[in-house]
Amino acid sequence: MTKAKSIFQLLTEKPWEKGQIEADNKHEGQTLNLSKHKVGLRTIMVVSTVLFSLFIVAYSDRMLISDWRKMPEPWLLWLNTGILVLSSIIFYFTQNYSKKDLYEKTKNGLYFIGFLAYSFLIGQLIVWYQLMSTGYYATTNVANAFFYLFTTLHGLHLIGGIYFWGKTTTKFLKKNNDKKDIDHQIEICAIYWHFLLAVWIVLFGLMLSS
Amino acid sequence: MSDEYEHKLEAKSDYASDASSVSTTDIDSVPKAELPDQELYHSHSWWTTYVFSQDAKYIGIQYALTAVGTGLLGLILSWLMRIQLAFPGLGLLEPAAYYQFVTMHGMIMVIYLLTALFLGGFGNLLIPLMCGARDMAFPYVNMLSYWAFVVAVLVLIASFFVPGGPTGAGWTLYPPQAITAGTPGSDMGIILMLISLILFVAGFTMGGLNYIITVLQLRARGMTLMRLPLTIWGIFTATVLAMLAFPALLVGCLMMTLDSLIGTSFFMPAMVSLGEKLSYDGGSPILFQHLFWFFGHPEVYIVALPAFGIVSDLLSVHARKTIFGYRMMVWAIVGIGALSFFVWAHHMYVSGMNPWFGFFFATTTLIIAVPTAIKVYNWILTLWRGNIQLSLPMLFSLGFIVTFLNGGLTGLFLGNVTVDVPLSDTYFVVAHFHMVMGIAPILVVFGAIYHWYPLITGRMMDETLGKIHFWVTFIGSYAIYFPMHYQGFVGVPRRYFEIYNSPYIETSTLLLNQFITIAALIVGAAQLVFLYNLITSVRLGKKAQKNPWKANSLEWQTPQMPPEHGNWGKETPKVYRWAYDFSVPGAKQDYIPQNQPPSEIIGAKVEKT
Repeated sequence: MTKAKSIFQLLTEKPWEKGQIEADNKHEGQTLNLSKHKVGLRTIMVVSTVLFSLFIVAYSDRMLISDWRKMPEPWLLWLNTGILVLSSIIFYFTQNYSKKDLYEKTKNGLYFIGFLAYSFLIGQLIVWYQLMSTGYYATTNVANAFFYLFTTLHGLHLIGGIYFWGKTTTKFLKKNNDKKDIDHQIEICAIYWHFLLAVWIVLFGLMLSS
Repeated sequence: MSDEYEHKLEAKSDYASDASSVSTTDIDSVPKAELPDQELYHSHSWWTTYVFSQDAKYIGIQYALTAVGTGLLGLILSWLMRIQLAFPGLGLLEPAAYYQFVTMHGMIMVIYLLTALFLGGFGNLLIPLMCGARDMAFPYVNMLSYWAFVVAVLVLIASFFVPGGPTGAGWTLYPPQAITAGTPGSDMGIILMLISLILFVAGFTMGGLNYIITVLQLRARGMTLMRLPLTIWGIFTATVLAMLAFPALLVGCLMMTLDSLIGTSFFMPAMVSLGEKLSYDGGSPILFQHLFWFFGHPEVYIVALPAFGIVSDLLSVHARKTIFGYRMMVWAIVGIGALSFFVWAHHMYVSGMNPWFGFFFATTTLIIAVPTAIKVYNWILTLWRGNIQLSLPMLFSLGFIVTFLNGGLTGLFLGNVTVDVPLSDTYFVVAHFHMVMGIAPILVVFGAIYHWYPLITGRMMDETLGKIHFWVTFIGSYAIYFPMHYQGFVGVPRRYFEIYNSPYIETSTLLLNQFITIAALIVGAAQLVFLYNLITSVRLGKKAQKNPWKANSLEWQTPQMPPEHGNWGKETPKVYRWAYDFSVPGAKQDYIPQNQPPSEIIGAKVEKT
């Protein structure tokens, strides 16, 4: 397998030089030494990051206008953050269990992660309910609207994650699947979970600090 | 570059003479594929073969046909607008209808025709074939991408049939007017437009994921990035731009949908409408403009970069000559792509920004002209002393160079703040962007269709009809857009549904409007000739030989033409060189395909890069 090169190295290759021709003829056809699923995940993470960054830019820009009224932070949001942190930690361990072939522990880990993901979503809905019952509607102030928008988008990302978690778990339970494949899928889900945790912490931090 | 050229000539002929001393198996040797062959989805019914197809070639054709069908609607809208402008006395269109048609024409042409055709159509068709892959990385996601596009188009067309009609806010959809009473389609029309765009972005992201990963990870053995045809470089870079720029459109659309549906105030300021104070407060319309153009300007290059790439390949093949400065062409594509994210506010000089901000964007705008100019020079130098075949793809490519140069030059005027301010919102702007991002890419589309038609159908398109199509389209579009520059100079504003009898408008503009309209109708009719040619040639066209243009790139080297499911038969190709070895001294033929082993071309003195 060829060594990974930076984009600048790739673009300044001189494909007509003898040494380069020989090296090029041996090229495997892959740019990055990663599975296509991992490259796919990374691409999705980049696009999501751009999406959330643009929201943050819009948020910071809109915040400066005088009608901005800060929104209260329900204590439940701290609990929900805790749930996400916990599920990330468990995913980390589950990934290791799966690599070590500990079937029962992996299974429990996966179940627990699913449970936590659903609890997080329900927790977010309760926060919405609390806010609305105290009069903080999306139309009351744009700060609230941003909160509802952020949580919805983050929740949708998590629902997408739950879909793949479901696929992975079903595959895992069937047992007769390729072991490496399962490990790989669990790893990919884990990375995505960490990513969603990071996104949530940034969004939550933004709401706390403004 | 000249010593590099000498050096390279030496290096390659060295290589060839070395080759003669060793056995053929030795120089051809490519290590056995370490990577497992791609798993393919095999369809088992008519539905999964032709409708819910997961084969990138079919998806490409589906994308292209849907895009062209939608584009025809855009063309018809433009006819109606032109007739209204030239003969306002007929009373063909109400003012509201005119605005709606302007909006839909713009949106359809930019997004649903050009973006979908270049990336969805040509991307799907060419990426796997030119990279030497069997299919896209995630065929199922690819299929979803196409069907999301279809739903987006259907939602867009549905907006014609809702109460109030489609939105008439202009393709830029600026709030507050886009969702305020008084603008045509300000309730249902705009909502459907926004939903359609959101669906399009979602669908495109799924497709873009495929294009990026297929180009990066699934190429044939020996196909390094710097051996890829420029078409792939163009489509790849445009896809990266789209993946980074479309989120901005998505953000804008989502927030405006909420403003309109549930009454949030993201973009809507406190305002009075029809004598009543609206419930909105404090929103920032300029924020939408920034978001829109942060998407909108890269969008120009999302359309232009694939056109640049394709035209480079067409010129090289049909002039039987190596592309001039391949690496420089790649760098220019990547450079333009990167710079395109730093010029967006040149669309907003009259929006009340700080003037120094405008100065910054004027500077970046002029900088982006540098790599673009490099590309134009390189195309001309590719033609220099080439064995130019005046085939249809070549004619269209030549038309592209002239038109793009023309539109690009007016861009230099508009990019400067002081020159832009008086020209802003006049027909000069209309002429500029139609030349540079309407006619120029469309000429490439036509060239590309004439070029790759045999690959898809196994038959050639009719040459005579094609020539009629070219000359009418080429001369006709100049007849349409040249006078518009003049109209802009005398101050005719754009987006006015009638401009006769106004004391401050030159009388000559009315006559010019009639001339433009007649030219537009003729050019439109020429497109019907093209469609006739496109459809009838499927059955009646002359049977094409294999590799009819004697091209080097991999899509023509498949065992069957048109390529079958899985593209490559038993084994995927091995690549030994780039796609531009034309007219090589000492070679038996005037072209050396990318996958021809070195042992078969011993003695060929490969020319400059």
